[in-house]
This record gives sequence, C-alpha cells and structure tokens, in this order.
Amino acid sequence: MGDKSMSLEDFAATIESGMTVGIGGWGSRRKPMALVRALLRTDVKDLTIISLGGPDVGLLCDAGKVRRVAYGFVSLDSIPLDPHFRAARESGSIEISEYDEGMFVAGLRAAAQRISFLPTRAGLASDVLTMNPDLRTVASPYDDEVYVAMPALRMDVALIHLNRADAAGNGQYLGPDPYFDDLYAMAADRCYLSCEEIVPTERLLDDAPFQSLLVKRMYVTGVIETPRGAHFTSCVPDYDRDERFQREYAAAAKEPAAWESFAETYLRGDEARYQSAVDQRSN
Amino acid sequence: MQCTRAEVCVVAASDSWRGAGEVLAHAVGAVPAISVRLARLTHSPDLVLSDGEAFFMSDPPPLGKTAAEAGTVEAWTPYREVFDIVQSGRRRSMMGASQLDRYGNQNISCIGDWRRPARQLIGVRGAPGNTVNHRTNYWVPKHSPRVFVEQVDVVSGVGNDRARAAGGAAARFHDLGVVITELAVFDYGPDGALRIRSVHPGVTVEEVRHATGFAVDASTATETRMPTAEELRLIREVIDPMGLRAREVPG
Repeated sequence: MGDKSMSLEDFAATIESGMTVGIGGWGSRRKPMALVRALLRTDVKDLTIISLGGPDVGLLCDAGKVRRVAYGFVSLDSIPLDPHFRAARESGSIEISEYDEGMFVAGLRAAAQRISFLPTRAGLASDVLTMNPDLRTVASPYDDEVYVAMPALRMDVALIHLNRADAAGNGQYLGPDPYFDDLYAMAADRCYLSCEEIVPTERLLDDAPFQSLLVKRMYVTGVIETPRGAHFTSCVPDYDRDERFQREYAAAAKEPAAWESFAETYLRGDEARYQSAVDQRSN
Repeated sequence: MQCTRAEVCVVAASDSWRGAGEVLAHAVGAVPAISVRLARLTHSPDLVLSDGEAFFMSDPPPLGKTAAEAGTVEAWTPYREVFDIVQSGRRRSMMGASQLDRYGNQNISCIGDWRRPARQLIGVRGAPGNTVNHRTNYWVPKHSPRVFVEQVDVVSGVGNDRARAAGGAAARFHDLGVVITELAVFDYGPDGALRIRSVHPGVTVEEVRHATGFAVDASTATETRMPTAEELRLIREVIDPMGLRAREVPG
C-alpha cells in the first residue's frame, strides 16, 4: 500500500480555480476546516462548492472564492444560519443551487454510482424546481408516476475529515454518525482525507469496531494529518463543537471591524498559528 | 383549572399525533417537542422518538438532551437513514413556517426574490420531501399576517393546491393535517384551504381573522380543549420542568 500522506500546503497546491469541490461533514459537524483554511490561503477562486454546509461555506464565500454553492442548507446547527453565507445571498454575490436535503443525498448517491441522476419524490410541486430551472422530471417506465430526476452531484475534488486514517487512505470515524463522507469520496475524481491522527493500519481496530472503517483507500488521493483539524466544528469523540468560538465567529462575521480583527488573529497565518491562537484564547 | 396558553398549545399539538401509529415523530420547536413526549406518555405509546442526533430512544428523551447525556437507545439512525425513513412513509412531521398560505404552502427558504433575497432564511431543508412523503403539520408560535400570507415567496413545503395540480407521485402520499398557532387550530376544508377548527380559550374568531392575511372559514370553529389534570402534571413535572414552553409562548 502506498503512502499518501502529504502536507496541508501540498494539498492546497492541487486545487485550481474553477474546480467543483465537495466538502463532507454536516452543518457545523466534522468539517475539514484545516483543509478549508488552507484553501483560504491560496489564490484559487470561482469554485463551485457542494456541501451540507456550515462554516466551510461561510468562510469560502467571505474570502471571495465561490462562484456557486450547491447545498441542502448552510447552518451552524446551534446558530441557524452562517452569517457570511447570509450576507453573500443577500448581496447576490454567489449563484446557488438550493436543494431539499434528501434530493442532495440522492445527487451524492448518483455521483458515487456514476449515473446521471436518481429519481426521487422530493422536490415535486415545490419551488426547488423553480429555483433550479435545469432540474427535470422523469416518467417511470413501469407505471404513471413522474419523479424528480436529481442530477448527479459529481465533483472534481472531495474534502473530508475523519477521526483516524492510515497513510494509505483507509479512513475511520469514531463518533455516532458517518454523515455522507464515504459518498463524497466516491463522488469525486480525487478525495483528500484529513484526520486527527494517522495511525498504522494494524492499530485501526485496537479500540474501535470494524463498522467504524468508513472510507476505503481506493477512493482517496491524499491523507493529511491535522490535529483538531475540524475546529471549531465538532469531531466527537475527539472533541465537541467549540460553541464559544463559534459564537465569536458568528458575531464577528456580522460586523466588518470585528471580522477584520478575527481574520487577523485566526486566518492570516498558517494552521499552526491558527491552533496556537485558539489555545491562547482558551487560557 | 388554571393553565397557560403554552399548555393549551402543547395539548392541541399532542392531539395531532393521535392515530400516527408506530412512526418516527419529527418535531421542530419547543411546543412540538413537548407535545410529542406528552403524546407518547398518554394516548400514543407506539410513537418513535429521536434524540435529534443519531439515535432513537426507547424512553422519551429529556428535552434538549441527546443519547450521549441520558436515556435508553433503541436504534441507530445516522442522518443518511433519515431520508430513507422519510421515503418509507414511517414518519410524521410538525415543522415551523416563516410563511404559510391558505392552501398550506410553507416557506422557510428566504424572503423576497430567491435570486437575491431580502432575507435569507434556513433554506427549504427537508420540507419538499417531507410534504410529498408523509403527514405534515405546522406549528406557528407567533400568528400574524406576516406569516399567514396570500402568497409565499418560496414554496418549500408543498400545499394542497399544488399537490392536487401536479397529481401522481406529488399527491400520492401528500397529507397536510393541522396548523397550530398560539391563537387557534386550523385544519383544511374539502377545497384544500385552511379553516379555523378551534380557537384557544380566551381567543375570539375575530382576533384570529385579524392576525391572518387571508380570509378563512370559521363556520365550524369550536373551542380548543383544556388540558386534563394528568396532562398538566406530565407537562409541568415530567416533560418540561424548566418551562421551555413559556419561552415560545409567553404569558
């Protein structure tokens, strides 16, 4: 098995302007934030982001890196809406594809299976069809039913964050929910997996059941060890969401001067400086 | 018997779960969350309750607590499975509504033109899928003409007129039940339009009409029932001792 471990900088250098980038996790849960922060430090732009979104989407929108977002929602969970995303929507600075959450998952499944769409009832008769004029319906060949033909959400690159992985790209989640990270990995031409810790393959099952082995190495291009790399989103059982930090993020995002100070403290340096700034704040 | 408006709302919401059977109860908001626990402890013991994260709980979980903190897990249901359950139909929802029209079209997506909204809300979330797959009820804690509007800006949850016009798969499992507010309970008439089923004790039909941005039929309106002594005991002492219900419906 090859060693796919790489640095954050080498990962970021593989992302090009105009790409479609899928981001795993859910809301403000197990987001690959270190990978997102690495993207913020590059000059890529015009990205299409596919995400059950949280602060990943908000930060990328604020940094001017986003042309379009395809989403089921953009929420911070304990705060209903990401303020940067709200500002981007209300200023009209981004294009959107807003889907019902179940439609979004159907799109991920279609992409993972390399088929062009999956049929679903979700979306029928709603304004999701109005907001997405490219969406089509499909007539069942077996009866008189008509379904929404949810198109595959195929992506150039997927970014996911798990608790553990080996250097070959076998990824393990230790919390209660896999979210959709395995589907993102399969739906992308290349998947970059960040994790709290890279461990030898033979240690993956030391303290966890085999059902925790979620992502298979054949779908993974690079593995990046990023301790606390999902911060400030949750990565249980390694850590909960940093609610205090999230409130600070959301409050700062609503006010330009406060945001300038937040960005200067946390976002202008590298990942080590971010983590150090988070530590200093806690003390 | 003395009780609060919030407690009347909880009991009206609890009654909406009658007959649901052995299905997953999806409840958004404090009053709906309390109501589903009350239903489970009284008339609907087969209801299936989630901790809001990845688990179903065999005992009604404490309000706002997850399986990690309390209760007994009976099933594992990561997010990916929720959408399978929705499509299986073994689920019933009580959702909120930022806007609602006379046919029960619901909006939680945004206010204004969706291309550049005056106010971005939470997005359509699961409302399109919920409404075409299983019974959906709504809870509106602040009844006003801003919520009850002639036309919603983005149809998120599908109303009766649209489901009927589309027919087929859009209508097959479409099933709007009731809308409960802090003033009244609505159901839908044969034409699919909202009508006042009952006004809460102390509220007049005129007050409800004044707070509703379109004309509603009140010809069969009665008065919402009062909670029983046992229901009040369960709400106050067992389910919501912290009084979360009063934060949603003050007074």
